[in-house]
Amino acid sequence: MSQLYDNKTVYDVRDLNLWYGNDQALKNINMKINKNEVTAIIGPSGCGKSTFIKTLNRMIENIPSVRTEGEILYHGINIFDKIMRVEELRTRVGMVFQKPNPFPKSIYENVLYGPKIHGVKDKASLEEILETSLKSAALWDEVKDRLHDNAYGLSGGQQQRLCIARALAVQPDVILMDEPTSALDPIATAKIEELIDSLKADYSISIVTHSMQQAGRISDKTAFFLMGELVEFGNTEVIFSNPRDKRTEDYITGRFG
Amino acid sequence: MRAPLENELRSIQVDIIRMGTLIEKTIEDTINALVNRDLNLAQTIAANDDQFDQMELEIENKCIYLIARQQPVASDLRKIFSVVKIVTDLERIADHCQDISKLTIDLAKKEYVKPLVDIPKMAKQVKDMVRMTIDCYIDQDVEKSKAVCASDDIADDFFKVIVDDLELVMKQKPDEVKQCMDFMMIAKYLERMADHATNVAEWVIYSVEGTHFEGNNS
Repeated sequence: MSQLYDNKTVYDVRDLNLWYGNDQALKNINMKINKNEVTAIIGPSGCGKSTFIKTLNRMIENIPSVRTEGEILYHGINIFDKIMRVEELRTRVGMVFQKPNPFPKSIYENVLYGPKIHGVKDKASLEEILETSLKSAALWDEVKDRLHDNAYGLSGGQQQRLCIARALAVQPDVILMDEPTSALDPIATAKIEELIDSLKADYSISIVTHSMQQAGRISDKTAFFLMGELVEFGNTEVIFSNPRDKRTEDYITGRFG
Repeated sequence: MRAPLENELRSIQVDIIRMGTLIEKTIEDTINALVNRDLNLAQTIAANDDQFDQMELEIENKCIYLIARQQPVASDLRKIFSVVKIVTDLERIADHCQDISKLTIDLAKKEYVKPLVDIPKMAKQVKDMVRMTIDCYIDQDVEKSKAVCASDDIADDFFKVIVDDLELVMKQKPDEVKQCMDFMMIAKYLERMADHATNVAEWVIYSVEGTHFEGNNS
């Protein structure tokens, strides 16, 4: 099956429906997420955008009342399929959250936690992973002299980049970001945005953001969600210059409501 | 996160330079075709005008996408807004090359009533103005832009001389009125081209200083 698949597509979401108990949070979502692209997911609070992104690595299943229908093909394999191991999926699909959530450990331990769990023991390999991950997350120069300090001593923006480095350390394929800059000041935000732009050369990134400006600046594709529906999905420059749906127009121009 | 904005601005700048350089070349060809009664060259110029329309469209699209995505303000916004105005003027200049070439196609069939003297000189002046405005744009040079605006008077003076001259010929050779009218149109097109070049220089000033310069636009 995966051979039949065009290898540009990382995720192919097909007729996805999701309920929290009796409340339907996602309605018939169909969308493709491409390799080496940044896909921004925008929409008002409660529109289903965080639910959607958390479904992509099955984190949503931690909520007991959740029920899903439809398929999400990840490189051609349905992530809800029995053959898909959820641990494997979450290794390949890393996640960064709204508030930086480093472990209460050293910078070193934070980045290498994943690789160690996956059985990397060799000290040289570990140090190489440490350095590449921190460099890719544009944090190396700021922390290389204090790798054994507690991560909590870093600023919010640095903590967030540490979380990105931690996600990168297990060599993922996709990085999901749920409002990664909403707790950061403009300068730290700009750093993360630059980082996202440089990471897309090696990873596929899906980012939920409340900032339409941010979506415009950093994404290749934009998806607009409203009340559980995917209203519009397309190239960011088109969505931001000539959206087809009146609801998208109203939302991105701030005329919503 | 201003790197994408900077890169795109640079790419638009390259597009404008490319378009400007090609227009400069087209003005030269246009006048060569006219002077040498070169039918083939005139036809080629007339047929190639589409490329300038296409360039204008592409640059405009880049600008609108850039505004939509990067929300530029202050000098960035002025730069992009100026480009949108400049590209319109450049396209008009190219249009007038096409207009002149279409007249050339008709004119080339017959001997000219008199050797062309002032029209080629005027065309050279216009070409130099266009080249200077492109330089002004590249260097974002306000002083040079003001000099270009001032040099529009030279083109206007040429126009007056050519019109007076043609008036005289028409009186002397009423049978050649049609041809003289065509030459008058050509002079008028050249005069308009100089105005558009002046506009470009004015937009460079706006881009740099944020003020509208009252150039010589008569």
